[in-house]
Amino acid sequence: MRDKLGYLKETPSQTAGPYVHIGLAPGAAGFEIFDRELGWEIAGPQARGERIRVEGRVSDGTGAPVKDVLIELWQANAEGVYAHPESGGEVEPGFRGWGRVISDFETGEWAFETVKPGAVPGRNGAIQAPHINLWIVARGINLGLNTRLYFADEQAANATDPVLNLIEQEHRRATLVATRQKKGLYRFDIRLQGEDETVFLDI
Amino acid sequence: MKPAEYYQRDRKHHPPALSDDYKTSVTRSPRLALLSVENTLSEITGPVFGHDDIDPADNDLIGNYRHDGDPIGERIIVHGRVLDENARPVPETLVEVWQANASGRYRHRNDRYLAPLDPNFGGCGRTMTDENGYYFFRTIKPGPYPWRNWINSWRPAHIHFSVFGRAFAQRLITQLYFEGDPLIATCPIVQSIPDADAVQQLVARLDMNASIPLDTLAYRFDIVLRGRRSTLFENRLEGN
Ligand SMILES: [Fe+3]
Repeated sequence: MRDKLGYLKETPSQTAGPYVHIGLAPGAAGFEIFDRELGWEIAGPQARGERIRVEGRVSDGTGAPVKDVLIELWQANAEGVYAHPESGGEVEPGFRGWGRVISDFETGEWAFETVKPGAVPGRNGAIQAPHINLWIVARGINLGLNTRLYFADEQAANATDPVLNLIEQEHRRATLVATRQKKGLYRFDIRLQGEDETVFLDI
Repeated sequence: MKPAEYYQRDRKHHPPALSDDYKTSVTRSPRLALLSVENTLSEITGPVFGHDDIDPADNDLIGNYRHDGDPIGERIIVHGRVLDENARPVPETLVEVWQANASGRYRHRNDRYLAPLDPNFGGCGRTMTDENGYYFFRTIKPGPYPWRNWINSWRPAHIHFSVFGRAFAQRLITQLYFEGDPLIATCPIVQSIPDADAVQQLVARLDMNASIPLDTLAYRFDIVLRGRRSTLFENRLEGN
């Protein structure tokens, strides 16, 4: 699988399938096997900043909820630092900034609790508005879908965000912005296809 | 600091979002073009896991759900390396697997296939690669199973793999198939991959040298994640 320059090719993706929970969230599949499942605690108790809850739903091209979806999220802390050695900063003990979100198998509704991330450095000295990076997998999704969640109450920061500004059709930018229901509660619906299709990213 | 970017993903090497023969993809595939975004800190970072996140025995699917005996089926070892496109090992990265039991049944509340559950088989495991990117699991060879696509659709025997790498941009879920399985050629999920060489990357090879005589057969499965540029020169600003 080496090419003429000696590079390898990335392993091709395959759908996570309907039973992704067995591997990544066995409790949701209906059985206990590991002492500790990964991805339930996103920010940890010591994280600074505003505690928030995000609720949402993923829907398909017919408008029906995707009831077997799994979403992974990746975010910075309130100071805009990722829990990663290349982020150039420290995070609070217990802050991971990564989580797994499972939808309710009956309704497709999901929710997660975390702290609101801060603005993070972008390219060429730009500042990126506070955002949460999302990766969506499910049966019928052949390659995980990347998108971002921004916050409706960050209007000024969103207006200069380099990624939102790359979206040529301005009305589509709203598909990446979670609406604020009340203090600490946001709503973010993802549409895989059709009217108001969410902007997905090739990162 | 100027982050080094990951190589652009070669989407011709992956299945397209819409593959008509895989019916569920028809309504779950975006119709509009993806927005290409150059890597920032948000993409070149990603979750880091440690050995205290998992138990060393989590990679033994023969033992990790044992109640009153070993699970039924062919005992196998699946092993290999996680590399990047530069052919360098990806050390200390989390690899998770899940699969059906020997009769093709999943331990999942939504699986209603008539084949029996095995009381001694859970069907999931996880491990970290070592400093050379090496990983291994011990498990039972999964059985093929029927699924609702066409009237008579059967998945080839497969193990689902989830791999992290070091960056959110490297995140990958895929499936391992077994050398010689005639169902590979008939499966619309496998065949959603347009490139035949790419399909071959998902076929684990029987590895007699790694087999344990009188005990366990072995299959070899290497995984390649996106590679990364080594030069750190910032590209020019748009419009400059
Ligand atoms: Fe499967």
